[in-house]
Amino acid sequence: MAEVDISTAWRESSIQQILDDLDRELVGLKPVKTRIREIAAMLLVARLREQAGLATDKPTLHMCFTGKPGTGKTTVATRMAKILQGLGYVRKGHLVVATRDDLVGQYVGHTAPKTKEVLKKAMGGVLFIDEAYYLYRPENERDYGQEAIEMLLQVMENQRDDLVVILAGYKDRMDTFFQANPGFHSRIAHHIHFPDYTLEELIQIGELMMRQQHYTFDDASRQAFREYLQRRIQQPHFSNARSVRNAIDRFKLRQANRLIQQGAASRSKSWPA
Amino acid sequence: MRITQGTFSYLPDFTDDEIREQIQYCLDNDWPISIEYTDDPHPRNTYWEMWGLPMFDIKDPSAIMMELDACRRAFPNHYIRVSGYDRRLGRQTVALQFIVQRPKHEPGFHLERIESHDRTVRYVIRSYAADKPSGERYG
Amino acid sequence: MAGVSSSDGKKSRWSAGVTPYAEMGYYNPDYEPKDTDILCAFRFVPQEGVDPIEAAAAVAGESSTATWTVVWTDRLTAYEHYQAKCYRVVPVPGTNQYIAYIAYDLDLFEEGSIANMTSSIIGNVFGFKALKSLRLEDMRIPPHYVKTFQGPPHGIVMEREYLNKYGRPLLGATTKPKLGLSARNYGRVVYEALRGGLDFVKDDENINSQPFMRWRDRFLYCMEAVNKAMAATGEIKGHYLNVTAGTMEEMYERAEFAKELGSVIIMIDLTVGYTAIQSMAKWARKNGVLLHLHRAGHSTFTRQKTHGVSFRVLAKWMRLAGVDHLHAGTVVGKLEGDPNNVRGYYATLRENHVPANPAYGLYFDQDWASMPGVMPVASGGIHAGQMHLLLHYLGEDVVLQFGGGTIGHPDGIAEGATANRVAVEAMIQARNAGRDYLNEGPDILAKAARWSPSLRKALEVWKDVSFNFESTDTPDVTVTPTA
Repeated sequence: MAEVDISTAWRESSIQQILDDLDRELVGLKPVKTRIREIAAMLLVARLREQAGLATDKPTLHMCFTGKPGTGKTTVATRMAKILQGLGYVRKGHLVVATRDDLVGQYVGHTAPKTKEVLKKAMGGVLFIDEAYYLYRPENERDYGQEAIEMLLQVMENQRDDLVVILAGYKDRMDTFFQANPGFHSRIAHHIHFPDYTLEELIQIGELMMRQQHYTFDDASRQAFREYLQRRIQQPHFSNARSVRNAIDRFKLRQANRLIQQGAASRSKSWPA
Repeated sequence: MRITQGTFSYLPDFTDDEIREQIQYCLDNDWPISIEYTDDPHPRNTYWEMWGLPMFDIKDPSAIMMELDACRRAFPNHYIRVSGYDRRLGRQTVALQFIVQRPKHEPGFHLERIESHDRTVRYVIRSYAADKPSGERYG
Repeated sequence: MAGVSSSDGKKSRWSAGVTPYAEMGYYNPDYEPKDTDILCAFRFVPQEGVDPIEAAAAVAGESSTATWTVVWTDRLTAYEHYQAKCYRVVPVPGTNQYIAYIAYDLDLFEEGSIANMTSSIIGNVFGFKALKSLRLEDMRIPPHYVKTFQGPPHGIVMEREYLNKYGRPLLGATTKPKLGLSARNYGRVVYEALRGGLDFVKDDENINSQPFMRWRDRFLYCMEAVNKAMAATGEIKGHYLNVTAGTMEEMYERAEFAKELGSVIIMIDLTVGYTAIQSMAKWARKNGVLLHLHRAGHSTFTRQKTHGVSFRVLAKWMRLAGVDHLHAGTVVGKLEGDPNNVRGYYATLRENHVPANPAYGLYFDQDWASMPGVMPVASGGIHAGQMHLLLHYLGEDVVLQFGGGTIGHPDGIAEGATANRVAVEAMIQARNAGRDYLNEGPDILAKAARWSPSLRKALEVWKDVSFNFESTDTPDVTVTPTA
């Protein structure tokens, strides 16, 4: 049997590049990054085994990402699509994001074409269904969501070469959803949980976003930002990185307004407290 | 006889992989794809029935093949063609069009000559299959 | 760009006798051409001792308002407005030639008249004694003037929709032998070629109405052939019925008859003249019949690099005059055509906006203001074995005409037609599938020949035929490969 050089194959697959990018772009998320690396390694080995002629079952690729809003699920899904493309599991590597509204119609006969449209656009890539549990509404037994669920299950089973599905949402609600829809649960190979960010990680995320937009904190404003976050985390609807981004957008707005009012020099690079 | 409309009628019938290659070419050019079927292959029958709307924003041929398979199941003995459409200014027309399924037996066309004045002849071309009502042609 | 400056001294415009043209205002290096001006690039060789600036100014003068002497009646006009202005003169390195750029105000020309425009610009000046030779290399027709012409009766898009043929070059053939076939025998050639797989067959330019075959008989037999081939294939077919005749009345009569018989296309020759072409263009649009133009006679003035009118200029005139098809060269066939120049001609006929490109011999940007494109026709000494080259050089929107390459097939005309159709479809399939069809062309054809005996025979017969002669008309600029 021919020898297989795994490290060469890893290098050639450009996976490391994608993982490095992910590491650079996303603060924290250690357990998620480890899981992604494990999955990538597993898929590469499966591919090499297949090429070496060893009997391997076609790996199931559908996944479930759980976690609160703003924990990086969509960003990681985008990278995952590229990894799957690099390993030859999907042909195009694009990500199509959909919610219940994109899949489920308002009246009889409306749902199937809507779901099919979305599935067709996602083929060759990854379909990311955000808050997937909204597809299932047990309180209304004639809910059209069921029709979308059935079509999804069918494609997830029969067209595994054409499409990878990632379901996403809050952990507890996804668990309930899977209990009621065991068909989904059995077709999903990888469950990845995205933990909330710590305060320190959120501050790092803020610093990263500021740097990308060519702003900097001075000491006073950095302290103000920390105090703001401490309080914001406790409030309802806290959305991790997304809340940080929104906060920074507001900072920029107020800073600009202040600069105009003060007639300050436009070259001022610091962040006045 | 073999009706030779379409870009590739003089080649052996395409396999699914060959169809995929041509669809990929269309998608690479950002051309939406249409699937159409008919049981009236008259050369001037411009409007074949549409199997759904033209498919926009598709990335991968598998999506088109899924629809094509469904069309084939629904009309196993009709003509089916695939078209790529170029919306670019100055073109705005079909850019590629080829037959991907044809009836098992193609009886061809009758050429009727209606003799007119001064040795002129009027010609009428009629598909033998079209003698029967639509839906009952081609067995 | 390096210009040439005039060395002459100043002299009053209004003193009697012969005044240098340059001083009369026909040379103005500071002139900024207006968007509405017609611009021309002339290649000229002055007589020994004639200042190139003065020669260029003379070209501007003689092609607009001037006569050989000053006339007082000039002063009754706003002559500065009507004077053509030579705004740049550039020497062609390594030769005794110069390029003069001349701007003409739009008011010099009648709307929608090729005859008037050409009478002005190439009317007298080509015989001017102070020049050894003169050639109109290119023209920029401003959209303002373009819009006064009808243009192609249908254009490429409408032609394809009309014929229901997309995604590949169209295929044609000229009936051979050119002369002597009776109408009945002639129709046989048409039928065989069309049923074998060609889209069009064509009358030759000199097939009009001679003693061996009168036009009406030809039309009747050809349409029998066309309709029979349509029934045999289920495709729309056409034969370019040549309606060229001695008078407009006869041309209209023949065109009407072709239409009455249901022909999708008729043809005329360039020799009928620009006005007749424009009249037939109007007829063709009105009657829903495609109009094919054979460029009979053009080489008498397009071929020589130093004297005459470039074919790219003729191509522009014909797009304005309004034809759906125009023969524009093959690159690889038996007739004159440098590859880069031919690219320029094809762009001029097909594209909506054609940028200046010295490598293709295009001196000016040309904006066609959405005037439909003309389908170029490649005809003369081409065969199935060159299909990859033809597709590479000429693209998809073209009629490839294989006359000898169809009718000369050892197994018959229909087999020859099939060989060409198989070759073009196989090449398009390979191109679309991402193959490097230019380099792999012979392989692609050989593979198709394995299952197509018609193509196999064609490739064997014509495998060594090529016409490698140096072109007489080439661009001054050549692009050096950088890789």
